[in-house]
Amino acid sequence: MTVTDRPAHRHVHDAPPAPNRWWDRFGSVEVLAVILILLVIFRGPIAAKIAQLPLLQTWTTVFVSVMVQAMPFLVFGVALSAVIAVYVPRSFWAKALPKHPALAVPVASCAGVVLPGCECGSVPIAGSLMRRGVTPAAALAFLLAAPAINPIVLTATAVAFPNNPEMVVGRGVASLVVAMVMGWMWLRLGKLEWIRMPHRPELDDLSKGRAFWASCRHDIIHAGGFLVLGAMAAATINVIVPDAWLQSLADNPVLSVFALAILAVLLSICSEADAFVAASLSQFSLTSRLVFLVVGPMVDLKLISMQTGVFGRRFAFRFAPTTLVVATALAALTGALIFS
Amino acid sequence: MNRQAQGVVLLLLGGALLKATVFSDIYLRYVKESLQPFLIGAGALLVAAGIMAIVNDLRAPSTNDHDHGDDKPHHEPRIGWMLIAPVLGLLLVAPPALGAFAAGQSGSAVLQGSELYAPLPEGDPATISVLDYATRAVFDKGRSMKDAKGGNRKVLISGFLSGGPEGKVLTRMMLSCCAADARPIKVGMSGDAPVGLPDDQWLEVTGVYTTKTAKDPVNGQDIPFIEVIQWKQIAPPRNQYE
Repeated sequence: MTVTDRPAHRHVHDAPPAPNRWWDRFGSVEVLAVILILLVIFRGPIAAKIAQLPLLQTWTTVFVSVMVQAMPFLVFGVALSAVIAVYVPRSFWAKALPKHPALAVPVASCAGVVLPGCECGSVPIAGSLMRRGVTPAAALAFLLAAPAINPIVLTATAVAFPNNPEMVVGRGVASLVVAMVMGWMWLRLGKLEWIRMPHRPELDDLSKGRAFWASCRHDIIHAGGFLVLGAMAAATINVIVPDAWLQSLADNPVLSVFALAILAVLLSICSEADAFVAASLSQFSLTSRLVFLVVGPMVDLKLISMQTGVFGRRFAFRFAPTTLVVATALAALTGALIFS
Repeated sequence: MNRQAQGVVLLLLGGALLKATVFSDIYLRYVKESLQPFLIGAGALLVAAGIMAIVNDLRAPSTNDHDHGDDKPHHEPRIGWMLIAPVLGLLLVAPPALGAFAAGQSGSAVLQGSELYAPLPEGDPATISVLDYATRAVFDKGRSMKDAKGGNRKVLISGFLSGGPEGKVLTRMMLSCCAADARPIKVGMSGDAPVGLPDDQWLEVTGVYTTKTAKDPVNGQDIPFIEVIQWKQIAPPRNQYE
């Protein structure tokens, strides 16, 4: 948002001050109050309308549950990223990570093991890491690895595939390799100007407490707003794509890999739960289901949406498709090796 | 959206989470029960962040003295308005748990068999979950549901009605994380099966194991059947998922 708005600001700054129009005195708090009052008044009719349409009702349920499920991960991820941004000194990262960026990438990828969360929390954390001077390649490798290889996710995968323990190994190894490859690719091909991190004046606040809360507020509003967009898209896909369509794609080994890669992007299921969904896609090959598990935590609608918000559009529109291609190819290769 | 409005949105969002977890069981419609402490923590942190945002802005209006939008250097995110949607969803609409419509769209959950099945719980009929019944029926061929003389013991299962391959099936949705990954477990009903009831009606069914099965038309999984002895309509349980 901020990125695209910047030129407009300058323009506005140069322009003479706008006359005091009546809506200028009408701030966002007032708008919010009016919206809420209207909604409380029309609550009955709205709820009744939704209840009449099973499709809309199911959509609402799925949307609300994606949001409820993601809130703890988002809020605690944001709090952690605020701690990184405000309390952890820059010198810490210089000591903790290897000097050479190419070495920092694998270290950062493996650091993902200690963060038991799903993907919603890792986006603001990666943003904070970059802000604190961590090389973008390492922060991005962390962003990709953390949701996929943490102990909770791997345990869930083991529970969901009791007869295929190699699925857990495949998922861990393939995800780690994809994260590192993406980190190194960023070192070779990435351009820093793609990442447009908005200026954050509140982080320069002298009071650390104030800076911490300002960072929390900003990140929840920003990442959370984009999470809402992503959750809406995911709920739409969840409701309008019946499983029966998918089954028709399952028989073709190549097509099934692409089908599940795309499905992982569209469904945007939390990485802690996707193994169970993959297990229920029982007519698909194990390789294509591994692709589903590797792609899902790295590229999905709500992640693309949140990355756009945190790193800017120019970055997200390059990074997400590249990750999708790399993750699909490497996961399919891993699957072909271990399931043959 | 200026900082005060952002604070209000955070406050509302946190309040909505707390209302759905501490003051009611609404959260059980969307996520697993085990998430409750984390939801309460997140709700409390959101409320704190909202209060701090409002307090700090009132105390030190700093860069933007007012929210009259156009002339401030740091444009506050418009995307924040989107966060009203989950607040509305939780506070005003609070949609019900997934039911027959969702169950009809997704294929039956893939059940996991095991080597050994514990004996049925005490009681006649023995109250078990739909998942337990389906697993014992599909993988154990009902062996663990027999009494000492080799006859089938009576079991009691509860679920809601949804469309199935042969008439309506008794269904329970199973969650692993949230309703977005819910998959149905379906049990067909033979014998004195209920007729003329609408989808989503909750039932308590007493019956015995039968060898009959059918295929889920959506993903080809086996749907076990239960030979119904009696059934009665019930109100939805506190936690509608398994």
